[in-house]
Amino acid sequence: MNQYIPVLLLFLVSGGVAIAMLGIAEFLGPKDPRDKFREKMEPFECGENQIASPQQRFSIRFYLIALMFIIFDIEAVFLFPWSVIFQELGLFGFVEMMVFIIVLGVGLAYVWKKGALEWE
Amino acid sequence: MASIPIPDINIGAIGPEITLCVIAMGILMAEVFSPSRKNRDLMGLVAFGGVVVAGLITMSFQGESFTTFSGTYIVDNFSTFFKLICLLATGLTILVSIRYCEEENIHEGEYYALLLFTTVGMLFMASGEDLMTIYMGLEVMSLSLYALAGYTKTRRESNEASLKYFILGGFSSAILLYGMALIYGASGTTKLAGVSEALMGGSVNTTLIAVGVVLTLVGFAFKVSAVPFHMWTPDVYQGAPVPITGFMSAGPKAAAFAAMFRLFAEAFAPLQNDWWLLLWILAAVTMTAGNLFALAQNNVKRMLAYSSIAHAGYILMGVAAANETGSSGALFYLLAYTFMNIAAFAIVGIVASKGEERVSFKDYTGLGYKYPLLGATLTVMIFSLAGIPPTAGFVGKFYIFMAVVEKGYIVLAIIGVLNAVISVFYYLKLTVYMYMRDERVETTKIVLQPSMIIALLLSLYGVLIIGLAPSAYMSFAKSAFLSF
Amino acid sequence: MWALEFIWWVPILPLLGAIVNGVFGSRLSKCWIGFFAVGSTGASFGLSLMALAGFFVLPVAPNGDHVFEKILFTWIESGNFVAEAGIQLDPLSMVWLMIVTGVGFLIHVYSIGYMSHEDGYARYFSYLNLFMFSMLLLVLGNNFLLMFIGWEGVGLCSYLLIGYYYDKQSAADAGKKAFVMNRVGDFAFLLAIMWTFWIFGSIDYTTVFPAADSTFQYGGFAVTMITLLLFIGATGKSAQIPLYTWLPDAMEGPTPVSALIHAATMVTAGIYMLARCSAFFNMAPTTMVIVALIGATTAIFAATMGLYQNDIKRVLAYSTVSQLGYMFLACGVGAYTAAVFHVMTHAFFKACLFLGSGSVIHGMSGEQDMRQMGGLDKKMPMTHATFLISTLAIAGIPPLAGFFSKDEILLSTFLGHTTGHLVFWFMATIAAGVTAFYMFRLYYMTFAGELRSEDKHVRDHVHESPPSMTAPLVILAALAFGGGILGLPFIRQGHALKEFLAPVFSDANSAVHPHASFGLEISLMALSVAVAVIGIALARYFYFLKPAAATEFANRTGVTRTLYVLMQNKYYVDEIYDRYIVKPIIQFSDSFLWRIFDVQIIDGFVNAVGKFTVDLGSVISDVQSGLTRRYAVAMVAGVIVLAGLWLI
Repeated sequence: MNQYIPVLLLFLVSGGVAIAMLGIAEFLGPKDPRDKFREKMEPFECGENQIASPQQRFSIRFYLIALMFIIFDIEAVFLFPWSVIFQELGLFGFVEMMVFIIVLGVGLAYVWKKGALEWE
Repeated sequence: MASIPIPDINIGAIGPEITLCVIAMGILMAEVFSPSRKNRDLMGLVAFGGVVVAGLITMSFQGESFTTFSGTYIVDNFSTFFKLICLLATGLTILVSIRYCEEENIHEGEYYALLLFTTVGMLFMASGEDLMTIYMGLEVMSLSLYALAGYTKTRRESNEASLKYFILGGFSSAILLYGMALIYGASGTTKLAGVSEALMGGSVNTTLIAVGVVLTLVGFAFKVSAVPFHMWTPDVYQGAPVPITGFMSAGPKAAAFAAMFRLFAEAFAPLQNDWWLLLWILAAVTMTAGNLFALAQNNVKRMLAYSSIAHAGYILMGVAAANETGSSGALFYLLAYTFMNIAAFAIVGIVASKGEERVSFKDYTGLGYKYPLLGATLTVMIFSLAGIPPTAGFVGKFYIFMAVVEKGYIVLAIIGVLNAVISVFYYLKLTVYMYMRDERVETTKIVLQPSMIIALLLSLYGVLIIGLAPSAYMSFAKSAFLSF
Repeated sequence: MWALEFIWWVPILPLLGAIVNGVFGSRLSKCWIGFFAVGSTGASFGLSLMALAGFFVLPVAPNGDHVFEKILFTWIESGNFVAEAGIQLDPLSMVWLMIVTGVGFLIHVYSIGYMSHEDGYARYFSYLNLFMFSMLLLVLGNNFLLMFIGWEGVGLCSYLLIGYYYDKQSAADAGKKAFVMNRVGDFAFLLAIMWTFWIFGSIDYTTVFPAADSTFQYGGFAVTMITLLLFIGATGKSAQIPLYTWLPDAMEGPTPVSALIHAATMVTAGIYMLARCSAFFNMAPTTMVIVALIGATTAIFAATMGLYQNDIKRVLAYSTVSQLGYMFLACGVGAYTAAVFHVMTHAFFKACLFLGSGSVIHGMSGEQDMRQMGGLDKKMPMTHATFLISTLAIAGIPPLAGFFSKDEILLSTFLGHTTGHLVFWFMATIAAGVTAFYMFRLYYMTFAGELRSEDKHVRDHVHESPPSMTAPLVILAALAFGGGILGLPFIRQGHALKEFLAPVFSDANSAVHPHASFGLEISLMALSVAVAVIGIALARYFYFLKPAAATEFANRTGVTRTLYVLMQNKYYVDEIYDRYIVKPIIQFSDSFLWRIFDVQIIDGFVNAVGKFTVDLGSVISDVQSGLTRRYAVAMVAGVIVLAGLWLI
């Protein structure tokens, strides 16, 4: 069980920090934002004036790009442990990873040619 | 130097899957790089060729029995049988789709690629000897299916079907995964054989395993659309493109049954005294509800959707019996069902014509006279679905009822036979419209492509031959069971 | 004998005919269609005749069995369950084989003339040949499964042929009714087969029946239930109470179909089944009483319903139901031979009557109402003569065939051991009188007196039918006249049919048939003849000598009036079924399952009902508004129920 104590600690600390931040904001922040702090209620409170309703639909391209980012991101994540033990895996490991990359490459080619990467 | 052991890997064992993957990727590439429309029309044939090759490879495994990939993947007669059913479903669907794609003017490339990816998922499910393999297969299959269900983008129902299927499918996957996690938690392994051993050992937390088994059961019950996890079925079947509907009702269902079988007959076998009642009830409720709801339909596609729910109930009877006759009967039934259902949906697709507008019963008025051969084919399929001899459907039902009787579940057998009687009402309704109504309904001229004719003839052959001489198929199905 | 080896061609030939006409029918001329249909049936009949000859030569086994069995191939094999596709020919199936192919052949010939002006000539013959195949499969199969398949097959063909005039709504409805009622019976039959398999581990006749004695306990629960289920199956196919109402409606089909399927062959399949399973029934005395009771009740009940029908074919239909009741009564008292004998004679005279009525309808340009007929004896002499012979036969006048078979049933019932056999005998005797009455009512209304139709077209066109129709009539009338010779009483050695059937019913007959004294036999005969003569005399008085008396009688008030109305409306059985069985099922499916279960319980929102009632088809658009959530709720509920079931 002992080996899990650090994990538990991590949970406690991260949870504590989050709760503390929210709590402090609640405690110190202005209490009646409706009248005095109108900007507080707006989606972007960085000074920029709101120009459209925040409830409008986002372009589907956001999701496409996000999805593709995740896929290729994970590819990169896979490459890290592979490269660390590349020497031990030998030729077999190399070929396996190449197959993996080619498959992704096919996907990339498809996406590219299909025009999903272009914004307009 | 190689301090990391490479696990036993038998690339040949996953030959069919690799073949399909490569073909699917090739099709995708051809779709985007091929300049002319002409070449694209060949894609269906290429995909079909891939399925045939995969089928041949699968057949070469007949009689073998081994595990590979560290025991997560198994090749035995059981998996071979189910793979052949899945490939059959895919092959027929491709043949049927060629016409549909032309008529609805949809992008073939992605369509066939997705179809092949679905099949890859199904094959992995049939061969999964590990909870994770099964789950991965299921997800590959499901994700492709979600996309396929919504493939006719311009039809509202199709979009609705896709979204509903996706949301509920995600929900059921979560339930399934949670169940698997609990089983892993209780038994300490994800390997089916390991789970079985752990259960036999008896030192597992029974509550944990019970909830795990129930949740797993629910996950599969959703995929095979057993009541009350069937709610998505009519909506999705109605909305999806017709060939895909036929495919969904046969292939993925068979794959889900394959995984379910292996799980319950192998991993959970020690608990049979506990779970048989659940399957008993599921089977009874599923077939009864499916049939009764089907009675009230006036849309043929929806009627067939409910009828496919009822058929899932019959097959569940075989699973509930879990004896030799039951399992081989269910396997056999799935084979017969693949032929008859895909063909029935194919004809529904032909009659529906462009935009799938003509799908109510009255659109079939006089079909039997205007297109005698098409009408006769549909009649044979309908009879087979209703279980009227000498079609395959009759033999399948007969085996399953026999199995249940053998096991001593007389009440279930009676419910089953009663259901078979009820089902005749709505199946017959279709033949009544085809042959016994004489109002003239104008139809667009029906022209059949060679591929469609081949698919229909193949199904006709299957339904009749399996019905007349079932022994050879039955002994194969039986050897599939014995291979556990 | 080679004919026996090729016996499996007997059912195959009509099947080939059906396929040829079914597939290529639209391209063939009527001549060729007729050739294939009649040719295949005729060849089948010829082969059957040779098989009969071969069967007589076939030596009887030392244990008394007289069976020819040929296994064609193993059809279904699974675990310890084996079903073979095989032919079994024993005296019982031989009798049916001859009836089916013989009468079937004649009716095919007749159909050529009768159907010549109809659309869908090829379709008709294709169905008819398919029927022949199914029926032959039913009687020739060597196990219960084959019998069941034939059983389903004949039901299907009957459905198709009743609905032959599909543009008539009533015909399509009648077809559906027949099919559904038959399915109810089939359901029971299938359960009986399963139960049998469960007990014996086999469904082969040769395995099951010899073992019945040692396996079942006499009067035990299992055998009683199995036989009851079998009997329910038989009531569906053979139109007995309570599943008889489809048969009168089945008259919507073409008349030759009524003759072949709904009189001579298919409806006797129930008798065949009971006779085939006599080894079971002999072990179940309770069932026997029920069979006899249902048989006797149906006999008298249907006979009274036939009294005041005005449609010529409907009278014959009720008469068929009634005669089938006699056969079941015979089975119920264990007199299987008498039942089979009556099946045979009935096939002759009833087929003749139906074909005769078809000839009348043909001559009357499609008119079926007897009130429009009359005086046809001069216009249609052949039809008249053959019809009279058959009517005398069914009324039970010696020496015609119907007399001997009916008398044997009455005698066996009188002497039987079944509880209440004397009551049954009394009912059957009364029914015999009623039969004589309504048959002669039919005869007088149709043939005697003057033509009552006002329609000029009909009056001018009354004509005798072509030879292709009258020739079968003559042959059948001859058989109805002389067919009784096979079962002449008095001379025990001379009862050819009993001798022939002895190997099948060996134990049954000896048990139930004590020797009747000659005097008793003669006096019973005299009694039944007297009853028949009284019936005929009454009919003559009411419908020939003083037609007004009948109307007057009908218009009287009081009990007679009530009875008359009841009979004319067939005791309101159809209405009762409709209100108490059919409607509730439809409503249950429609309102409860769909509207309440789906909408209220699953949805949980009563206010959605209004939206859903209008149109089931538009449900999809209603459903869109987030029902997915409710689907998910249903799934969760399912999980909870299943988990609860396990854990509790």
